[in-house]
Amino acid sequence: MSKIPLQFRHNGRDVAIFVDGGTNLLVALRELIGDMTPKFGCGQGGCGTCSVLIDGELHLSCLTLAETVAGRSIETLDGMKQGPNLHPLQRAFADNFAAQCGYCTPGMLMAAKALLDRNPSPSRADVIEAISGNICRCTGYEPIINAILAAAGGRASA
Amino acid sequence: MAVTVKTFANASEAAGALSADRSARYLGGGTLVMRALNEGDVSISTVVRASDQALTRIDASGPRIMLGAGVTFARILAERDLAFLHAPARSIGGPAVRNMGTIGGNLFAPSPYGDFAVALLALDATIAVQGGFGTRDVPIEEFLQARDRQAGALVLSVSCTRPASTDAFRYRKIARIKPKGGSVITLAAHLPISGGRIAGARIALGSMAPTQIRARAAERALEGRSLDAATIAAAASAAGEGTSPSDNALGSAWYRREIVGVHLRRLLSGQE
Ligand SMILES: Cc1cc2nc3c(=O)[nH]c(=O)nc-3n(C[C@H](O)[C@H](O)[C@H](O)COP(=O)(O)OP(=O)(O)OC[C@H]3O[C@@H](n4cnc5c(N)ncnc54)[C@H](O)[C@@H]3O)c2cc1C
Ligand code: FES
Ligand code: FES
Repeated sequence: MSKIPLQFRHNGRDVAIFVDGGTNLLVALRELIGDMTPKFGCGQGGCGTCSVLIDGELHLSCLTLAETVAGRSIETLDGMKQGPNLHPLQRAFADNFAAQCGYCTPGMLMAAKALLDRNPSPSRADVIEAISGNICRCTGYEPIINAILAAAGGRASA
Repeated sequence: MAVTVKTFANASEAAGALSADRSARYLGGGTLVMRALNEGDVSISTVVRASDQALTRIDASGPRIMLGAGVTFARILAERDLAFLHAPARSIGGPAVRNMGTIGGNLFAPSPYGDFAVALLALDATIAVQGGFGTRDVPIEEFLQARDRQAGALVLSVSCTRPASTDAFRYRKIARIKPKGGSVITLAAHLPISGGRIAGARIALGSMAPTQIRARAAERALEGRSLDAATIAAAASAAGEGTSPSDNALGSAWYRREIVGVHLRRLLSGQE
């Protein structure tokens, strides 16, 4: 079967690849672009560690048909750091011990970014809702919620 | 395994491609189709898409609203005029699933999914379907009952009448994980009031049968009455009639039968 040419923006840079029909965006990003920051957890939409932003909206890359992102702008965790500096969310995750094994972290950070880009001062309930599609098996969520609130300038652990 | 993806600029061409090829599957938001592909479902050899703007249209200004099949839950939540549909839209998935999943796909989502369709069933929605035969309007109840035979047809849009007041339409989803999770039971009630009495009661249930169903006995208990404690009790005790729930990881059939009346009572009495 012939490959399909596909172009989109990846963290602000134009990329062009060839995909097989039915390839999901997670595979395209990891195997064809070499961006290993979105992780494979389940391939079923259940864990959220493959989360990316498509035109600023949170999407699950494992459930996104790669061809559907033609001409669109994809942001992954790889694009989050600002030059040599960590993004404030990444800093807050480190400061609040919000990553243990780290497997959920890429998805958590993208979900948190999607929230803060839209709502710079979320309530605790907003944060819980924003990461409700992301599973963490280590932290018990509290440090992650606190980190996101801290990054938003809210109180870390009130 | 690689599949062939066919993208059409207009919905009728997509409908034509679907009806011509039995192994073709329409891709809405893809939250269920991509799962199947990721699992290596070999029954799907062709995926059909339509980029037609008509499929993502929302017409929410008048007394009758129309939603294109490709409208996502996130878009419904962003639409102030669709406030009555916010509770069902918010009850689905996490934010990413709401950004991706469509109402068209929800009509086909098997249990424990299909929560939005429960709301649409209580609202007596009409489904506009395009098949090899042309376009036709199908009442949602008929659509859901014959869902397995709808393969090969394209849903274009869903329409329904806006409830007269916020109180007239109610929705409740019972899930074990909050704020998201698969449905143990999903309930929706439309209670139009005429001269102080309920006229045209609709109670719809999800996860109480192989597809979403109406609780007709409960509807009869409400019809022509005022929504008082005795009427609510009568409707609640009739809630399980005609249902055929099954066991799954979220709850047993027995448990569902036990609690459906409890949750219908809470829904009707406006309890949290
Ligand atoms: C993590 C996760 C959580 C979820 N939680 C919920 C939940 O809480 N409640 C819930 O109800 N669902 C839930 N779902 C299931 C699903 O996301 C929704 O039901 C969604 O509405 C499906 O829509 P879609 O557009 O993504 O469907 P798709 O995957 O695109 O399609 C699903 C089916 O419908 C058909 N189809 C889609 N659109 C059309 C059309 N216009 N015409 C004809 N056929 C069509 C497809 O061919 C396919 O057979 C969840 C899914 C995931 C992955
Ligand atoms: S890998 Fe995409 S949600 Fe788990
Ligand atoms: S840190 Fe291990 S899964 Fe979240």
